[in-house]
Amino acid sequence: MNDALYAFISIDLPAITAAILAASLCALLGSFLVLRRQSLAGDAISHAVLPGLVVGFLISGTRAATPMFIGAGLAALIAVALIGAVRRFGRVEPGAAMGVVFSVMFALGVVLLEQAAARQVDLDADCVLHGQLETIFWFPPSEWSQFFSWSTLRETPRQVVVLAATFTTALLAVALFFKELRIATFDPGLATALGFRAGFIQAGLMSLVAAATVASFEAVGSILVVAMLICPAATARLLTDRLGSQLLVSVVIAALTGFAGYLLAAHGAPRLGLPGAVNAAGTMTVVSGAALVGACLFAPRHGVLARAVRRRGLGARIAREDVLAALFRLEEQQAPATAQALDHLIGAGVSLTKGLRLAQRSAQIRSAEGLWTLTDAGRAEAQEIVRSHRLWESYLVDEVGLRPDHVHETATRLEHLAEQQRIAPDLDRASDPHQRAIPPKR
Amino acid sequence: MHGSAATLTDVAFHWPTWSETLRVLTFRAGYNTSVVVIGATLLGIASGVVGAFVTLRKRALMGDALSHASLPGVLVAFLLAWKLDLDPRSVPLLLAGAAVSAILGVLVVQWVTASTRIGEDAAIGAVLSVFFGAGIVLLSVAQAVPDLAQGGIRSYIYGQTAAMSAGDAWLMASAAALGGLASLLLRKEFALVCFDPGFARAQGWRVGFIDLLLMALLVMVAVIGMQAVGLLLMVAMLIIPAAAARFWTERVGRMVWLSAILGALGGGLGAMTSALAPRLPAGAVIVLVSGLIFLFSMLAAPSRGMLAEVARRAALRIRIATDHALETLILAENSRAMAAPPSTPGAMRAWLRARGLAQVENGRIRTTPRGRSRGERVRRNHLLWTRYLTEHADVAPSHVDWSADQIEHVLGAEMVGRLERLLASDPTSSGSER
Repeated sequence: MNDALYAFISIDLPAITAAILAASLCALLGSFLVLRRQSLAGDAISHAVLPGLVVGFLISGTRAATPMFIGAGLAALIAVALIGAVRRFGRVEPGAAMGVVFSVMFALGVVLLEQAAARQVDLDADCVLHGQLETIFWFPPSEWSQFFSWSTLRETPRQVVVLAATFTTALLAVALFFKELRIATFDPGLATALGFRAGFIQAGLMSLVAAATVASFEAVGSILVVAMLICPAATARLLTDRLGSQLLVSVVIAALTGFAGYLLAAHGAPRLGLPGAVNAAGTMTVVSGAALVGACLFAPRHGVLARAVRRRGLGARIAREDVLAALFRLEEQQAPATAQALDHLIGAGVSLTKGLRLAQRSAQIRSAEGLWTLTDAGRAEAQEIVRSHRLWESYLVDEVGLRPDHVHETATRLEHLAEQQRIAPDLDRASDPHQRAIPPKR
Repeated sequence: MHGSAATLTDVAFHWPTWSETLRVLTFRAGYNTSVVVIGATLLGIASGVVGAFVTLRKRALMGDALSHASLPGVLVAFLLAWKLDLDPRSVPLLLAGAAVSAILGVLVVQWVTASTRIGEDAAIGAVLSVFFGAGIVLLSVAQAVPDLAQGGIRSYIYGQTAAMSAGDAWLMASAAALGGLASLLLRKEFALVCFDPGFARAQGWRVGFIDLLLMALLVMVAVIGMQAVGLLLMVAMLIIPAAAARFWTERVGRMVWLSAILGALGGGLGAMTSALAPRLPAGAVIVLVSGLIFLFSMLAAPSRGMLAEVARRAALRIRIATDHALETLILAENSRAMAAPPSTPGAMRAWLRARGLAQVENGRIRTTPRGRSRGERVRRNHLLWTRYLTEHADVAPSHVDWSADQIEHVLGAEMVGRLERLLASDPTSSGSER
């Protein structure tokens, strides 16, 4: 084995493995938090476990996983109970209840940390916040022949083992209780009515989040836990509409984020002209944030750009249809179709120039000597639109019970929808509430 | 690893003496301590006032998001100042950086919430963690620069109350004054937007603009307060006094005043405590003292506190138990089945006798006239309600007793009158007997 490879295996590989495991673990659970609108519960728990961690540490005197796990688990339970009590008795919004509890518990943790610092042990607030990914090492034998043996595997860094175990547990729990989690996530009321214990599922989810927080904090720090609970899940939320793919996508995004973030921090930063490697956990949060911003902008269905394009298309269609309908009405009244006359007839906030341009481009209207006329194709579509408008007006008067002089505005907006197809059969009539003929269907 | 046989108590903790305590409490513990106590008190007032409105607006955790979001701004300002050969420790510069990135964070939260399907909770959490992560990256960049002292930066994260100067205290004073003045002038607008933004919009108020003003006040207080208690714990200064004040009153105006007072108490007493225990981080001590004030409010507030609530429930339970015991006694007396006297527990017997509702004759418990009339009233309510349920609510006769048992105790005189008029006949003629 050459030196570069050995360096990679002993320095980079453990850190990357820990980062990917922690990120995937958080993302898996985070999807449920984001869908249940409880994202900040993850934030609250990751702050509130601090006193438990420190007490577990102070009592045992070591950074062994078990006492800290127990301490943090107890702290998480206390936090959840306190948040519930404050919500119930204080009648404040859940955010404020969480804020009160987690900030006080975090402050308690900070005070207790001073006790640890007084004994010159390496547990400080920095370590809790941004982790010590850079200090996870693995020194396997340098010969491939001895590589895959029990004694080698036993040397696997503790953080990696703890994270792998927690990830497996969480994966099993989610797989076993997938149905329950799904129903409790999307319809807690129905879940309770069907006999699933929504409160029980909630408690289980919170326990898993607490376990993930504790398992991850030493490697990646609590700030990355919060980011990984929320960002990959929110990113996936913009990319998919199904729970199964939501989980898969968020875990994949998280794993990629962990990998890319580490490489960028450890090897990218020096090449970018920075004085040295930068904090890996922080870089991962920034990468996950960048992925989220990217999804917000460019997601195919739910992204801002896709929606803007859709809205533009809708706006264009409405402008064109309004122009056609206006021309049809003017033809009915045998009035000259000047631009001014058209402008009176199209909907508020609709651009006449845009509508004329689009209708002309699709050969639905013609202009001659300042007057506009419908082509046959244009008249066909215009007739459909006016028919839709007048059917809607009839529906609004007859079925909704509005006054005839109050329905035009609403019908102007509804005429562009396709729903009149479903209403039309019931409203087979010759004239609208204003005694104008409803044109026949073509 | 150290501390192999250590316990929690073996770190020498110096308990302050009475004379020390008295000196701090009477502002005679030196100029610096007095400045810190006054500054923390003023900060408590500012954050209490602004926090009250923010909490009522249901944006409590926005304060957390924006204080975390200010970290990268602080570091960018710090690194820029160093590159441009300015003083990288200049407080106004760092605060300006903090404010810019905090505002950016708030705007990102609003943009994400308004223009995507992601909820406000996820948007707040994402901004909070990503901005803070960016700050941590920049911090590690700053740490990698040789000969660059970044000691001042850490105080923005963890706070450095003890290092507060007179200038900082003046800053807190102006924040408190500005926050107080703005809340005084805009209290109607803020309250309206907090309680019913839809109504406010329909009335023609510019809700977005009022929200923006509130957010601006929040950014100001959070950025100024960060130096003192640290950005991690700034959210506590904003939420705790407001949430504690909520226990004492139902009126907005009073809640804002109380929140300011409780904030001042938390800040002042916290700073005094940390002056007596200088080894403990002051920001955290202030938050813990505020937490104690909150705990006291939650327990002891007269009408909404937990103790009052528990007492109310106990009183109700006792009343219901008494009603039931009297009902049972009367039923037994009416049916003359005295051979098998009703099993009234001893404690209940004593209670009924003490209240003059029953007495013991020949070793048997019997109702007094007062007890009898109360028991009959309850019994009558029960029957009225069962009849109402069977005749007007179409509930099966076998299903009505349980709900009547719940309702018979809380039927008011007016409701009984209405039921009687509705049923307009002898209530004992129908309904199920127990």
